[in-house]
Amino acid sequence: MDGKELEILQLIEENARISDETLAKMVDLTIEETRDIIKELEDQKVILGYSAVIDWTKINETETVTAMIDVKVTPKRGVGFDDVAERIYRFPEVRALYLMSGAYDLSVVIEGKTMQEVARFVSEKLSTLDSVLSTTTHFQLKKYKHDGVVFSDGEEDHRIVITP
Amino acid sequence: MRRFFDLASSMDNIISLGVGEPDFITPWAVREACISSLERGYTSYTANAGMLELRVEIAKYMKKQFQLSYDPKSEIIVTVGASEALDIALRAIVDPGDEVIVVEPTFVSYAPLVTLAGGKPVSVGTTVETNFRLMPEQLEKAITPKTKAIMLSFPNNPTGSTMTEDELRGIAKIVEEHDLLVLSDEIYAEMTYDHTHASIANLSGMRERTILISGFSKAFAMTGWRLGFVTAPSDITSAMLKIHQYTMMCASTMAQHAAIEALQSGMEDVKKMVQSYKQRRNYFVKSFDEIGLPCHVPGGAFYAFPSIKNTGLTSEQFAEQLLLSERVAVVPGHVFGSGGEGHIRCSYATSLDNLKEAVTRIERFMKSLK
Repeated sequence: MDGKELEILQLIEENARISDETLAKMVDLTIEETRDIIKELEDQKVILGYSAVIDWTKINETETVTAMIDVKVTPKRGVGFDDVAERIYRFPEVRALYLMSGAYDLSVVIEGKTMQEVARFVSEKLSTLDSVLSTTTHFQLKKYKHDGVVFSDGEEDHRIVITP
Repeated sequence: MRRFFDLASSMDNIISLGVGEPDFITPWAVREACISSLERGYTSYTANAGMLELRVEIAKYMKKQFQLSYDPKSEIIVTVGASEALDIALRAIVDPGDEVIVVEPTFVSYAPLVTLAGGKPVSVGTTVETNFRLMPEQLEKAITPKTKAIMLSFPNNPTGSTMTEDELRGIAKIVEEHDLLVLSDEIYAEMTYDHTHASIANLSGMRERTILISGFSKAFAMTGWRLGFVTAPSDITSAMLKIHQYTMMCASTMAQHAAIEALQSGMEDVKKMVQSYKQRRNYFVKSFDEIGLPCHVPGGAFYAFPSIKNTGLTSEQFAEQLLLSERVAVVPGHVFGSGGEGHIRCSYATSLDNLKEAVTRIERFMKSLK
């Protein structure tokens, strides 16, 4: 991968809404060249999607509950953890799933409308899977930083208007 | 500059392209080191030349980044910003009546500092035709028997121009022939985009006659910390240290602790900031060309210096009218000395959103002139 591709990826990871025109100027390519690179990265599944980081707590009617669940499982012969992982990540409530080293095996991030909804998912769907040995649920109380974005108003520009 | 500054400062909601400092805030690890310094009670003076630990780090940094070797014990002084370094360098080397060549357009304080040191500034103007580089024949022409030194600044504020090692070699040859000193302000050395920074001190025979000035302000986004440094042969630094110890005593202790952290762990942050400046430069310069303000491609620093000659306005008129009608602040080129008239300095050390909005407004302003 050459430098321009990396630059484009970094820039759209930071701001997926940046226009092709601006992006092209920033990386010193033509718009066509830039579009070709993006298309190729999409085709190669390097770019998997474009999303926004939203502070839902500011939108009252859409408030959600997020929980991180530590799951211990019994890996299966031949497929290891992949089989049980697939069964878990297919649930639409699961926002993220990671295989971990350490005290437990899988880290599952669940999002629900209410705490009850998450609790029901854990007790009825997750815990009842054959391979699942135990679960420990941690509810998220406040989001300070997510995906590299700080959830506050940020630091102001304190510079004076003209300096030498 | 002052009148224009007062006008710009009195207005609300302006987009400023007039700021000569990074828009990034000092990396967190560096700020944290300062907090920790205070918590541990480091509130007393340091050695006049700066904490030895910091000077050792500066020596390592100069070696690694620019292949320059300086003895931390005798050839490095930590100063209160690069500005103080410039001042004490001039006061250390200039005798009354000495001439110092100032290559313009350049940072606003050089010529006044020469005058304050009792010397006579001799202006040599560069132009966009040579990408604001100093041509050896220009230098040769400006030298008189009274010439003591030449002040260079690459990458340059306000033009953003840089000089390669080959181009500097022609300058070095003349400097050596006439037995001059060089004050080389390399505060923007990290901000070079198209080729690596070349220091004149690296050329054969030049280390012994070069006073290299740098600091933490630009690379590490530490302008308000007032922390610079100077490297030079020990006979020069010892003369500078005498002035420094009686005027400044030493740089602030917590800032020096922060600077150690900056040199030890801050280079990744520097790289990220430089990458961002480069992308903004590309965006900005292309946009200027599109809206009819021809702009040479600045190889360093974070300034674009487009020509406004085709508008028929002076740089001051252009800046003032743009400020009043579109609320965009830029700095008129003439304040940077000979060769600056007919240009405006536009800093791209501001967010991409601000740059885009500024381009839209300047374009509208350009159309209103027709």
